[in-house]
Amino acid sequence: MEPTLSVTRPWSGRILAILGILFAALALAVMAPAPATAEESQDDVVEVEEDLVEEPEEEYTLFFRGNVQFEGEALSGVLITIEGPAGFSSTVETDADGRWEVGVPEKVVYTITLDEETLPEGVVVAEGGATRDAEFGQTSNASVNFFLGEGQRVTQSIWSQVLDRAVTGLNFGLLLALASIGLSLIFGTTGLSNFAHAEMVTFGALMMLTFSVYLAWPVWLAIVAALVLSAALGWVLDAGLWKPLRRRGVAIVPLMIVSIGLSLAMRYTYQFFYGGSTQQLPGATIPPTIILGPISLSWIDVVSMAVSIVALLAFGYFLTRTRIGKATRAVSDNPSLASASGIDVDRVIRIVWILGALLAGISGVLFGYYRPGVSWDMGFQLLLLIFAAVTLGGLGTAFGALVGSLIVGLFVELSTLWLPSDLKYVGALVVLILVLLFRPQGILGRRERIG
Amino acid sequence: MLDWGAIFGNAAIEFISPTTAAYALAALGLAVHFGYTGLLNFGQAGFMAIGAYGYALSALRFGLPIWACVLIGIGASVVFALILGIPTLRLRADYLAIVTIAAAEIVRLLFTTSEFDDFTGSASGLSAFQRDLEALNPLPDGSYGFGPWNFSDRTWFFLMIAWVVVALCALLTWMLMRSPWGRVIKGIREDEDAVRSLGKNVYSYKMQSLILGGVFGTLAGMLFVFPRAVVPSYFQPTLTFFIYAILLLGGAATILGPIVGSMVFWVLLSFFSGFVARAVAAGWFPFMTQVQAGQLRFILVGVAIILIVVFMPQGILGNKKELAFVK
Repeated sequence: MEPTLSVTRPWSGRILAILGILFAALALAVMAPAPATAEESQDDVVEVEEDLVEEPEEEYTLFFRGNVQFEGEALSGVLITIEGPAGFSSTVETDADGRWEVGVPEKVVYTITLDEETLPEGVVVAEGGATRDAEFGQTSNASVNFFLGEGQRVTQSIWSQVLDRAVTGLNFGLLLALASIGLSLIFGTTGLSNFAHAEMVTFGALMMLTFSVYLAWPVWLAIVAALVLSAALGWVLDAGLWKPLRRRGVAIVPLMIVSIGLSLAMRYTYQFFYGGSTQQLPGATIPPTIILGPISLSWIDVVSMAVSIVALLAFGYFLTRTRIGKATRAVSDNPSLASASGIDVDRVIRIVWILGALLAGISGVLFGYYRPGVSWDMGFQLLLLIFAAVTLGGLGTAFGALVGSLIVGLFVELSTLWLPSDLKYVGALVVLILVLLFRPQGILGRRERIG
Repeated sequence: MLDWGAIFGNAAIEFISPTTAAYALAALGLAVHFGYTGLLNFGQAGFMAIGAYGYALSALRFGLPIWACVLIGIGASVVFALILGIPTLRLRADYLAIVTIAAAEIVRLLFTTSEFDDFTGSASGLSAFQRDLEALNPLPDGSYGFGPWNFSDRTWFFLMIAWVVVALCALLTWMLMRSPWGRVIKGIREDEDAVRSLGKNVYSYKMQSLILGGVFGTLAGMLFVFPRAVVPSYFQPTLTFFIYAILLLGGAATILGPIVGSMVFWVLLSFFSGFVARAVAAGWFPFMTQVQAGQLRFILVGVAIILIVVFMPQGILGNKKELAFVK
């Protein structure tokens, strides 16, 4: 399509400015005071009683219930979050008697989280953790108990919190970059906005889960197997679907819709085989042992960042120094010209798909450790952030995708200092829209790509 | 032995159910966006959420009369369309796609967060907001119907509202698309520059189309939640993808395509789900659980989208000569 930047009305600039202010106001309005981080120590376990007398209030027929008490005193206003398959998510507050109840649609495993920040001063979840998996037995009611204990909250200064979050954000940004660069290169070489990219991320994590947990292979071997299969998935998708479609001359927009159909089919195929629950990779829940001032990291975090950096450097070397990498950039710039100068465009695209899928697979394994947990829709939760990162950096540029990912990663983590954590992705998405308002070509993009 | 009567009966109900009507109207909105104007709106779920919550919040929190609730929903969706359109309608098609899907997610997350629980009901949503509307139900209490189509008076009432609104919107779209406005819109889909060279303000026409289709989506959101409670998890991106499947199935640039597409889609989907669920229960597929059987339908929709786009891009009712897709 042709550039469409010609028709401008004098008032449209003003409207843009007004809308920008509206967005800023919206962003400000949802900011809440910074919550202090809770640090737990355990003591004095109190069992939470179950309660089976309340009447159901929704159209659901399956209920989780509980009664949050501490030393015989009911705790009201404690937030309980239930997450399940198909993106089901529900949050309730305990009432004046400390009771809570949530209706759910299916008899499967749900993840139930007690928000420790809403507990009164000096009380924490002592045993079993604030997050647990729960499922129904023979009845349509299940009670979920949290074991509360006395604990201390360590309030940190704002700067040490910022520093801690920034390091986490960097880790997140780096693993996001691995996924974004693949998406960006696939876009650059084929013009396809691949909505199924997130499923390639999930694939890496699920393969890791399969080999390391289900088949109990050693971790290093499981990683190798997961990554080889991820790369193979990229090859299979290109050879089996995208290349034939390119041959048929299917246009870009239909290709994009095909990728949406593919995303839907792949995601629910994962759920079909792996179920709706979240499962842990080996070593994913080890406590942080490396303490540098305010920053506490586990060695998995450190390894994860190192892996991302090495993978990104290797990919940078590939793009700038190797023959095939240069050809990739040439195809990304101008496929017809590259083809005319003797570059085998189909081969380049095939390599881009394989490498893109490999990077997405690495990203998936790292994301499985970052969250922590592997589930069928984990990649889909990242999809819009990947798009935000790629758009922010400039569509079709590898380096732009890296910069965009780091910004999005830092932004998402730092924004949790002010935003409630269930809104942390909203900030990044608002930024995406604002960037398109003021600099649609992205930070590093070039003008001609956007028309 | 399978209960074929129940499987066919349940599938037949979907033929006229209020949900089918709501999806048809949302797909009609997408037909205006995508089929006629060539705009890739992936945020139809956001428009529907705004309609549903616009109505429910005005009714529950402010106690407004029905007409005001509807108008507030429509007004909110016009503002939403402006916010989406101003940054993106000058850019290439896939930017609009990314921004609309992101904006729809922002809307859903804002309705889901426990931060505004007192106002929005957060993840458990709102119910009993349609009392005023139910009071207008002229049908006496009881259930009516023949064959599989036996519904309560309440369901019939919502069903009639839904199909009347769908029919009016389809009529409006039909008249608009025959008008000079519709010819400009279709011209933009085929060749933006040619239309611009005729002195038309392409940006403004695209914006009008985005607003019109968005308002259809908003009304569809209301129709969708009238028979039930409104919960934010209805409005996931998957909802938009389902509506795209319906639109592509029926034919993107047609008036009746979205309606026929929605009927065919829901009847087939219900038939398929009913068959698989009962077959699993009867032990026909020993490798599958009931939960897995429920997930098969999503896989089926995904594969159907791919196959339709590749092999039948014009859909059931579309005309192969009229380009089924923008370039």
